[in-house]
Amino acid sequence: MTVLFGIFLLTLLVVTAIGIVRAENLFTAVILGGIFSLLMAANFFVLDAVDVALTEAAVGAGVSTVLLLGALALVPDREERSARGRRLALAIITLTGLTIGYATFDNPHLGDPDAPVHQHVAPWYLEQTPILIDIPNVVTAVLGSYRGYDTLGEVIVVLTAGIGVLFLLGLPGAFGDRKPEDVAAGKTYLNHHLVPQVVGLLLVPFIMLFALYVQFHGEYGPGGGFQAGAIFAAAIILFALIQGEREALNLIPPRVLVVLMASGALLYGGVGVLTMLLGGNFLEYGVLSSNPVQGQQWGIILIELGVGVSVASVLLAIYHAFAARGR
Amino acid sequence: MAPLLDGLSWFLLVGGGLFVLIGGIGILRLPDLYTRMHAAGLTDTMGTLMILLGLILQAGLTLAALKLAAIVVFLMLTGPTATYALANAAMLSGLRPKNVEMPSDLPEDMQF
Amino acid sequence: MEILGLYNYWVFIVLLMIGLYTVMAKPNLMKKLLGLSIFQAAVFLLYITLDKIEGGTAPIIQADAIGQIYANPLPQVLILTAIVVGISTLALGLAVVVRIHEAYGTIEDDQIQQADLRE
Repeated sequence: MTVLFGIFLLTLLVVTAIGIVRAENLFTAVILGGIFSLLMAANFFVLDAVDVALTEAAVGAGVSTVLLLGALALVPDREERSARGRRLALAIITLTGLTIGYATFDNPHLGDPDAPVHQHVAPWYLEQTPILIDIPNVVTAVLGSYRGYDTLGEVIVVLTAGIGVLFLLGLPGAFGDRKPEDVAAGKTYLNHHLVPQVVGLLLVPFIMLFALYVQFHGEYGPGGGFQAGAIFAAAIILFALIQGEREALNLIPPRVLVVLMASGALLYGGVGVLTMLLGGNFLEYGVLSSNPVQGQQWGIILIELGVGVSVASVLLAIYHAFAARGR
Repeated sequence: MAPLLDGLSWFLLVGGGLFVLIGGIGILRLPDLYTRMHAAGLTDTMGTLMILLGLILQAGLTLAALKLAAIVVFLMLTGPTATYALANAAMLSGLRPKNVEMPSDLPEDMQF
Repeated sequence: MEILGLYNYWVFIVLLMIGLYTVMAKPNLMKKLLGLSIFQAAVFLLYITLDKIEGGTAPIIQADAIGQIYANPLPQVLILTAIVVGISTLALGLAVVVRIHEAYGTIEDDQIQQADLRE
C-alpha cells in the first residue's frame, strides 16, 4: 500500500515539473516550484529521510519561494516564447534519458537489503554512534561529528553566497519609502490587510520559539542548525512582509546581520581551534570535556548553534538585499 | 471502547479525505477566483480538521497527540488568514467577480 | 514487482531530463534557474532512494527497540548539505539575474546576446 502511495507522489512530482516548464507566467512557475518542493519533502518522508524532508520543506518550499518572488518583483514576469533550438534539445534529452534508463536495470530495487550501499560503512555508523557519541539522531551525529569538516565547508559556502549577493545587490542604508509619522500613526504597509497583520504578528513569536526548539532538539529528533536557521529567517521575513522593510531593518540592522553572518562561521571554526588548543586535532570534540562522549555532545551543540546563526542571518540578509532594492 | 475509537477515527479520516476531494473538484470546476476560494477554504479547514482529529484519536494520549493538536490550532489560525489575504489582494489589484454587478456606492479606495 | 522497484529511478530520469531541457531550450533566465533547481531535486531523489531499506525506519535510534532496522544515514547527510548549497547558488543566481535586468533591460538570453553583439 505504501508502495502505491510512493508511486502516486512521484507521479505528482513529474506532473508539477512539466507544469513549471510549460508555464509562461513566471509567477505561476514560481508558485508551482514551491508546490514541487513540498511534494519533494513528502517523498523524502515516504523514503524514511525525515531530516532531509524537514530541510527541504523549510528551505525549499519556504525560503526559496520567498527569494524567487523577491527577485520576480524586480524582473518582468512573463516569458517570451522562442522556438529556437527546441528540437535539438529534445533529441539530446531523449538520447541521454534512454542511455541512463538502460543503466537503471542493474540498479538495486527500492528497499533491497542486499544493496551495496547498506553493506560496508553504514552499519558501522549505526552501531558505533550510541557508543561513541550517544545521541539518538544518527544523521546529526554524522553531520556534526564524523563528517564535521564537510559541514564547516558548507557553512562557508552559505556565507560566501551571502557575501556574493551583498556584493551584487547591496544592503541600502536609507529606505525612504515610508515616513516616520506614518509609522508612528500605526499606518503600516498593509493598510487594507488587517487580518494578516494581526494574525501574522501573533504568530511570529511562536515561529521563533519553534525555530529554537528545532535547533536544540536536533540531537533527539529531526532538526538541527540548517532547518532552525531557515525557520528563524522565515519568522523575520514574515515580520518584514507585514510591517514593512523599514521596521524589519530597524529590528535587525544590516550591520548586525553582517556581523552575525560571519560570527556563525567563526563559532564553528573557533570550536575547531579550541580543540586544537586543548591538545586534540582540529574538530576532535573528545577533548572538550573529561568524558569523551560528553565532549562530543558539547561539540555538536556548539557547532549546530554556529550553523543556525549563520544560515539564519545569511538568508535574512539575502531577503533584504532583494526586497529593499528598486525602491 | 477501542473499536469505537477506531470506528470514529476511520469515519473522520474518510470524511476528511472526501472533503479534500470535493475541494479539489471545486477548484477545477468553479468559474472564478472568488468562488474557487470557497472550495479551497473547504479543503483548508474541514478537510484538515477532520483528518487531524482522526489521527489524534489514533494516537491516543501521547505526546504525538499534543503535537497534532498544536498543528490543528496553527492551521485554524493561518488557513482562513491566507484565504482572506488572497481575496483581499485580488480585490485590491482589480480582479472583479464574474457576472456580478459591483454596487455604485463603494467607498473611495475600493473603486476600480 | 520488478517495475515498481525501479519506478523511483525512472522518475529521477524524467525529472533530470525535464530540468536539462529547461536549462537548454528556454531562453528566459529565471526559467533556467527553476530548471536547474528541478535538476538538483532529481539528483536528491536518486540519493534518498538509495537509502531506503525494507522494514526500516528513520535513522533515529530509539533506546527500547532492539533489532530495529534503520535506514542508511549517509546519503541523507550528503543531501542535507546539498539542499542548503543549492539554495545558496539559487540566491546568487537570482542576484546576477536582477543585475543583468538592470544592465540590459531584458532577461531573455537571445536578446542579451544580440545586445552584446551590437556594441
